[in-house]
Amino acid sequence: MANVVQIAVPKSNSSIAVPTGLFIDNEFVPSVDSKETIKVFNPATESVLCEITAASEKDIDVAVASSRKAFRTTWGKNVTGVERSRLINKLADLIERDAQTLAELESLNNGKPVKVARDFDIGDSVGCLRYYAGWADKITGESIEIDRKTKVAITHPEPIGVCGQIIPWNYPIQMWAWKVAPALAVGCTIVMKPSEITPLTALKLSELVKEAGFPPGVLNTVPSLGSVGGAALSLHKDVDKVAFTGSTITGRKIMEAAAKSNLKKVSLELGGKSPHIVFESADIDQAANWAALGILYNTGQDCTAGSRLYVQDTIYDKFLAVLAGKAKELIIGDGFDEKSGGGPVVSKGQYDRVWNYIEAGKKAGARVVCGGEKRSTPGYYVDATIFADITADMKIVQEEIFGPVLSVGKFHTEDEAIALANDTTYGLAAGLHSTDAAQCHRVSEALEAGTIWINQYNLLYNNVPFGGKKQSGIGRELGRNALDEYISVKAVHWNYGEKLDWPL
Amino acid sequence: MSTTEFTHEFNTPGYKGKVSFPTGIFIDGKFSAGGDGTTIDVINPTNGKVITKIAEGTTADIDRAVKAAKRAYHESWGLSVPGAERGKLLSRLADLMDEHFDELAALEALDNGKTYSWAKAADLPLSVGTIRYYAGWADKIHGQVIETSEDKLAYTRHEPFGVVGQIIPWNFPLMMMSWKLGPALATGNAIVLKPSEFTPLTALRMCSLINEAGFPPGTVNVVVGYGHTVGAAISEHMLIDKVAFTGSTLVGRKVMEAAAKTNLKNVTLELGGKSPNIVFDDAELEGAVNWSIHGIFWNHGQACCAGSRIFVQSGIYDKFLKAFTEKAQSLKLGDPFHTDSYQGPQVSQIQYDRIMDFIDSGKREGAKVHIGGERHGDEGYWIQPTIFTDTKPDMRIVREEIFGPVGVVIKFEDEADVLRQANDTLYGLAAAVFTKDITRGIQFAHKLEAGTAWINCVNQLHPNVPFGGYKQSGVGRELGEYALNNYTNVKAVHVNLGHTI
Repeated sequence: MANVVQIAVPKSNSSIAVPTGLFIDNEFVPSVDSKETIKVFNPATESVLCEITAASEKDIDVAVASSRKAFRTTWGKNVTGVERSRLINKLADLIERDAQTLAELESLNNGKPVKVARDFDIGDSVGCLRYYAGWADKITGESIEIDRKTKVAITHPEPIGVCGQIIPWNYPIQMWAWKVAPALAVGCTIVMKPSEITPLTALKLSELVKEAGFPPGVLNTVPSLGSVGGAALSLHKDVDKVAFTGSTITGRKIMEAAAKSNLKKVSLELGGKSPHIVFESADIDQAANWAALGILYNTGQDCTAGSRLYVQDTIYDKFLAVLAGKAKELIIGDGFDEKSGGGPVVSKGQYDRVWNYIEAGKKAGARVVCGGEKRSTPGYYVDATIFADITADMKIVQEEIFGPVLSVGKFHTEDEAIALANDTTYGLAAGLHSTDAAQCHRVSEALEAGTIWINQYNLLYNNVPFGGKKQSGIGRELGRNALDEYISVKAVHWNYGEKLDWPL
Repeated sequence: MSTTEFTHEFNTPGYKGKVSFPTGIFIDGKFSAGGDGTTIDVINPTNGKVITKIAEGTTADIDRAVKAAKRAYHESWGLSVPGAERGKLLSRLADLMDEHFDELAALEALDNGKTYSWAKAADLPLSVGTIRYYAGWADKIHGQVIETSEDKLAYTRHEPFGVVGQIIPWNFPLMMMSWKLGPALATGNAIVLKPSEFTPLTALRMCSLINEAGFPPGTVNVVVGYGHTVGAAISEHMLIDKVAFTGSTLVGRKVMEAAAKTNLKNVTLELGGKSPNIVFDDAELEGAVNWSIHGIFWNHGQACCAGSRIFVQSGIYDKFLKAFTEKAQSLKLGDPFHTDSYQGPQVSQIQYDRIMDFIDSGKREGAKVHIGGERHGDEGYWIQPTIFTDTKPDMRIVREEIFGPVGVVIKFEDEADVLRQANDTLYGLAAAVFTKDITRGIQFAHKLEAGTAWINCVNQLHPNVPFGGYKQSGVGRELGEYALNNYTNVKAVHVNLGHTI
């Protein structure tokens, strides 16, 4: 099969050259033992964009061996923080240079609007790389006094080693940046398995990794099915750490595999069913804007989606009406259409899943406030769907839908809101709207989630930590905290004066 | 408002090219003449001739600069600009310094007299590296959230001071500017900076680069003038919230006094030193000799951390002195732009006179001139690498900072004695120990009263490792994360969420 395919850019005469091989040791190569390929689709047209090489278990071995070699020779402790900083900054510059092309490719494969991919996904990703480039030469240990006379203890924050990173399809470039940046800043090497649904931008970014000047093997890219590549990385005896973002169900498998193999370190960023609470003192119009953003951004395909909305009974009817109006204003359409604020869901599989939930919601007796009807035209489109009159036992209230489907409930007291919000095995995020400062503090303290948004939703920053409580995850991404996921602390006890008496 | 251009044609073995850039009093992003219309001569230390005249800053110019800085701080800098944006501008400045690397090194060599080779090998990389290092800190200035009780949220903010005054010396002009700009800008302060009147050229070149990098006008203001006018005006200014000074201990006191007498502005000082270089019997000889040479003769001895008192244990003394002398005699004095020159002239007539006066005092007080002790050449301010032996602890050359290529070599017997002698100084900037026994090295390093202890090396600096003095060598630390503390003011915020009284 061809090593590079040309993918046509809609509404233009240009095309994007995408390498289709596995990226190992800074080269695109075929599989060592398999002819399997992965078909990559355009969710707006339902057509095939191209086929790429699918990595086999043996390919994963090759990739891991390459990353191990790099870690031992040209990376890890063999490269200074200043040099790592320089390379990561260079990579950021190159991504910025190619932002338009990458945005177009992202839109073709994932469906999100080009302008959103360019200005938000890629803009934030460039910022993320630059943020961690700044940390690379600032990863300090401590010197700890023992007795001030004969000994000193120092800690060395060492890179963990070879890291398997498994990323999802909802923000392909941005999830790539969140993983790659802190790992490289600390000095780890990476075997990256992008989602088999959206592998194209990861392959294109691999070209930039080489162009930036990273030594071969520092970052290898091995698109493959989760059951092949993901499993192989999780079970691999020579992978020191696996970082996974995806569903809670898969997260369990990864943690099991890590435990069964070599007890590799595990960090997980999993699903959510995040509650969004609107108290009566809230600015209704603003809260409705943020609530719409919370469930419709990225067409609801966001682990932090505010998918359960609880509105205080005194403003419930009014708020619901305003919110339905907001939902209808968002244009969901083709990513290359300037008017589109959202795109299709990413695949046939997701399309079927989301519609199954919508049908389940109707069957369970929830009231459809807006949406809930399939389009007749091509493309995996799901329009904004709001269910009201929900009960806690409904599937649409308990399970993560990962689409633009919102369940709206009512509460009377603050304590009731908190109880409803926390009644979930997830704990990724939560939002609340209130102009009562004490209430904001009380409620944010009580909510069991890793990120609490007060009078806003969805907005993350590269320098603020992010991650889940309960079954939404283990560990934190972003901020200084992400570095800890890739650091292994070595304590050195230096005796320069104590003489040991023997026998005891 | 008139601006002058400094134009210079370099035609040397080391650097060829024409440089041309505006000079003047740099306030609010613009150059102008000084308040009194007077000028300062910039002298070429290789021949005592005038390179150019630049505008002389006055007290009135400092007032103007502070106004501009305050306005910039409140409107277009300070807490209005997120850290990531400040970091981006600092990164851009570092990129521009890289683009003009050779030019900046040549200007530094022309103005200061240090060799072009050393400027390229040490001054420029450390200057650029420091700006780049602090660019990375700009969006990582964290406060703390502190647990108190159920009904309170307590947290700290690390806010910039506002307008900070910075006074820098002539020994590493561009490097000293970078050490000051980096942390101050990363944390969001606006700056009024006084370069040394002896070496203003690279600072003035940086002004154009600061504009080009995109810093809002007024963020950085540069006023060249004399210490007793412009320097004093900064230390005394009621609207400057913090002053950072690098220079002599004598002037450091004046800065601190002035701050105390006026508005009790925050003060950090990086002052002089008389740093001990201790060589034990078991030192690796060649290494100890080479490092000791670097310790006292690098930058013509014009380094605050110079290892100017070289203590050598008796068992190795003769061998060390012989090798050290041979090495010192092999150092090539010459034109700063000749590629094989190690040492150029001292920076000015005043410094030349001071150093020669110290050398005379050494001779008068009975120390032995082992090598050197004389002028080198007929014009310019070259002084031969000079070694004194047979000194007594109370001699001026042993107690006072000479700031020239003059080392005293002192024989010692035992550890306890050399430790006492090493610490017997009111300075405490740095110290170095040479020994193969790392246990002894570490024990010594811990007992030496100095802000930097080098073991088997000397004069090693990194943007991310703190540097500063004990005792009368200074207050506060530069470089590393530590320097951020010099430029942030901590505000504790207590939010009451239910406590009634």
